[in-house]
Amino acid sequence: MNRAQAMTVVKESLAQAVPGADIETLAPDEKFRDALELDSLDFLSFVEVLAERTGCRIDEDDYADLTTLADGAELIAGRVP
Amino acid sequence: MPSLGADMDAGVLQEWLVGPGDAVRKGDPVAVVETAKSTIEVECFETGTVERLIVEPGTTVPVGTPLAVIAGEPAMTAEPVVTTGPAESVPPAAGRPAAPAPSGAPAADATLAPVARDVRDVRSPLVRRLAKAGGVDLTTLHGSGRGGVITRADVERAAGAAAPTATPAARRLAAELGVDLSRVTGRGSRGTIRVAEVRKAAAALAAVVPGGRTEPPAAGPARPPAAAPPRPHVRPGAARIRATPLARRVAAELGVDLSTVPGTGECAAVRVADVRLAAATPRGTGLGPSAPRTPSAADSAAGPTTVQLPGADDRSTAMRRAIADLMSRSKREIPHYYLSTTVDLHAALTWMREHNRRSPLPERLIPGALLLKAAAVAARQVPELNGFWTDGRFVPGSGVHLGVAVALRGGGLIAPALHDADTLKLPELMAALKDLVARTRKGRLRGSETADPTITVTSLGDQGVEAVFGVIYPPQVALVGFGRVVERPCAVGGLLGVRPVVTATLSADHRATDGAVGARYLAAVDHLLQRPEEL
Repeated sequence: MNRAQAMTVVKESLAQAVPGADIETLAPDEKFRDALELDSLDFLSFVEVLAERTGCRIDEDDYADLTTLADGAELIAGRVP
Repeated sequence: MPSLGADMDAGVLQEWLVGPGDAVRKGDPVAVVETAKSTIEVECFETGTVERLIVEPGTTVPVGTPLAVIAGEPAMTAEPVVTTGPAESVPPAAGRPAAPAPSGAPAADATLAPVARDVRDVRSPLVRRLAKAGGVDLTTLHGSGRGGVITRADVERAAGAAAPTATPAARRLAAELGVDLSRVTGRGSRGTIRVAEVRKAAAALAAVVPGGRTEPPAAGPARPPAAAPPRPHVRPGAARIRATPLARRVAAELGVDLSTVPGTGECAAVRVADVRLAAATPRGTGLGPSAPRTPSAADSAAGPTTVQLPGADDRSTAMRRAIADLMSRSKREIPHYYLSTTVDLHAALTWMREHNRRSPLPERLIPGALLLKAAAVAARQVPELNGFWTDGRFVPGSGVHLGVAVALRGGGLIAPALHDADTLKLPELMAALKDLVARTRKGRLRGSETADPTITVTSLGDQGVEAVFGVIYPPQVALVGFGRVVERPCAVGGLLGVRPVVTATLSADHRATDGAVGARYLAAVDHLLQRPEEL
């Protein structure tokens, strides 16, 4: 999966996990947990959606790499063939 | 209309989930009610058969108003239950909800019980005179005075609601055409309804109702809504809503009713963004989105007789007011005392990380779940903090129903109950928490969840503060707060170490307990979190 595709799936997962969140206004390097005021439950459901859609295993240790859209896309692009 | 929380004094009946002839059991959801704070499924109080529905969808009625008549089983009808009778309003302060539906008593009993009540409770001749003059039926009135006594203000409010201002000609025409004036927005001076508005309402009714029949005026309660129904009172039926296919799919996924979503696309078509917006609004399926409705959409999809569509602003104003009233009451009545302690979460988080590594994603835990479980078990161990202050004394809760303060995205706060949280295993509690938070934000809670928390927990953990000293939800007697988990230098085994810690606080009602009890509670929380495997 290339970066652009990964970015799309990250954005879509975020949109699905947090209905109504304004994903399009997020900058790639903005911390979306803060920007969208996600609580830990929201974040967990985002991780669930993302893992389900990409088939990629995401551990708790990866959470630190899931703070911005760019980091998320990088993580997914690196793991999904 | 049950009291669905200490801060509620009226609700809008949005939708019936049952109809006449349906068999219902105690605990079944029978109706959807909208309060200032959320949309709630009302559970049935009795087992029996629905005889008739009294309140029409879209109607605002005060707490204590009968919503429907349920014919009980023969054994039950023999004994009219006066305490759950229609006009027996349970003051919100009692902490327990009033009967969600009138008692199992058949209609005859339902009208008898309140009459006896009037003689008892309405002592003021002024109130009686006002009621007579205003054509207000005291038997259906909810008293807001001390102990549910009907006050002058109640009667005046009811009289105002019962008689919308209208010109005499408008009244005559409305009677001829079968238009319910309480549902018509007056556009004359000071909101007086004129002939033109009645004609428009009648035309709209004829257009919407199949066969051109006009809808009969609201049956039943002599209390038409003061603030008129925001929902269409005529179901659009087969009227097709214009929406994009993707919007339809997303709406179905999110449980959003397309007919309530204002479309911003071409020809007012509903787009995905509109659906998401509607879903994100706490009242996604209800009021919020109806405000920006264009006139054309309103004409086709909603009954144009709908009055005063509350917009998002009104909604948040109502929510703010509900919170303001309850919190003011809390600070006025409850002598709070506050305690705080720092809890080392090293053991709990190490255990949780290990658990999460072994578990598939849907079974993963968050630190908040451990904190809630510890708070619940500690409440069982220190029962003096788990219950209500009612009528000058402490009444212990039956079971630990942990209120969980949930922030809504549109602003505001609801604290529904996780029932018997102390008995749930952590994965169960986690699942229940996810479900509860999702439904709170989507606006579909059950009546029992909003009505009966026995102690509440607030956790501002993700918002970066270290401690929260909360305001108790009356009539509860304690509120537990957890701050953010932070790493701090700690003395561990005589050495300096870095540990994840959380500040646990307790706000407690000094009438019910003293500081020693509160201290025992926080010590219990700490103790429990050191043995996470036993939680």
